[in-house]
Amino acid sequence: MKRNKRGTFLPALLLGLAALSWQACSQEQSTGTGTLPYLGERQLVQREVDGQQVTDTVYHRIPDFAFIDQDSQVVTSLTVQDKVYVTDFFFTTCPTICPKMKSQMIRIYEAFADDPRVMLLSHTIDPKHDTVAVLRDYADRLQVDSNKWRFVTGEKDSIYSIAMQYMVSAMEDEEEPGGFVHSGAFVLVDQNRHVRGIYDGTDPAQVDRLIRDIPALLPKKKKKDADKN
Amino acid sequence: MLIKTKFLLYSAGAAALLTLTQCFYTDKQNEGEQLYTQYCANCHMDDGSGLRNLIPPLAGADYLENHRDDLACIIRHGQTGNIVVNGKNYNQGMPGFEHLNAGQITNILNYVQTNFGNNNPRFSIQEVEKQLFKCRHLLEQ
Repeated sequence: MKRNKRGTFLPALLLGLAALSWQACSQEQSTGTGTLPYLGERQLVQREVDGQQVTDTVYHRIPDFAFIDQDSQVVTSLTVQDKVYVTDFFFTTCPTICPKMKSQMIRIYEAFADDPRVMLLSHTIDPKHDTVAVLRDYADRLQVDSNKWRFVTGEKDSIYSIAMQYMVSAMEDEEEPGGFVHSGAFVLVDQNRHVRGIYDGTDPAQVDRLIRDIPALLPKKKKKDADKN
Repeated sequence: MLIKTKFLLYSAGAAALLTLTQCFYTDKQNEGEQLYTQYCANCHMDDGSGLRNLIPPLAGADYLENHRDDLACIIRHGQTGNIVVNGKNYNQGMPGFEHLNAGQITNILNYVQTNFGNNNPRFSIQEVEKQLFKCRHLLEQ
């Protein structure tokens, strides 16, 4: 009985996903998404249209999530809905690459300060130490606005597993300075939570490219106005 | 053909000379800069500017003058708690680098004291050793 239920659930889910991604694709085309690739594993899904078999590509999509930010606000997938966001993984007491990453993230923050369609999301990988209060202090000292740049904490397992979804390595390692090993990657995610680029957040040249790439994901103003009418 | 060979010889000679002088000159001179890049620049940045109100600057920092006698120990053993630099409060812990010897710490300090627009008196290795002697109890057993 249980197995039966599952048997109908999976195709339904896949069909839903397929529909979603198809919708996403057509939407993106109309808003002029540049030439940024879709990163991550993709699935081919067969479906029937007017009696013909059609194959859809379902791109890797960041699953739903829920974390807490520096203002104790819950940050979920809804928070980033319809936004292009750049995300990274760090910890406040990190003695290695984090400050450099943050100084580069500030460049992105400033480049899109007036564009509400772009957001930044930094996950701590040391939730035991980096409480809401610690993140609050950290963000205050960086003098950044919480609506634009969210520093989030949560269950350690959820943070580490979402890091994998973003294709970023993050884990505890006593041998490493500070006790954690993590990559300095900045991950660019589009309005449909597809990963569209991974950049080295410690390399100013790659961050230059990231800043140039973001507008390719943003709907052109003209078309946006046309859609409204 | 001849010109080509001559050119090759010359450039080989120049390369050899460059490598040699680097052995005797550049490496030692730049040890401070290299160590700075390796151990300090991640937080204090390549230009010593620090990071907003999180990490204090080294460029133009009055702390380097006011706390001259503590600098060697701070590099070796790190620092915690609130500090004031150029009138601003900072409270981000700094890790220590206990494996650095007195010579290396001297080179780092002299790099910091004479770069980023700083023009502070240099350190001698004796001065650094004297400072390190004061905080030797902090060395991990």
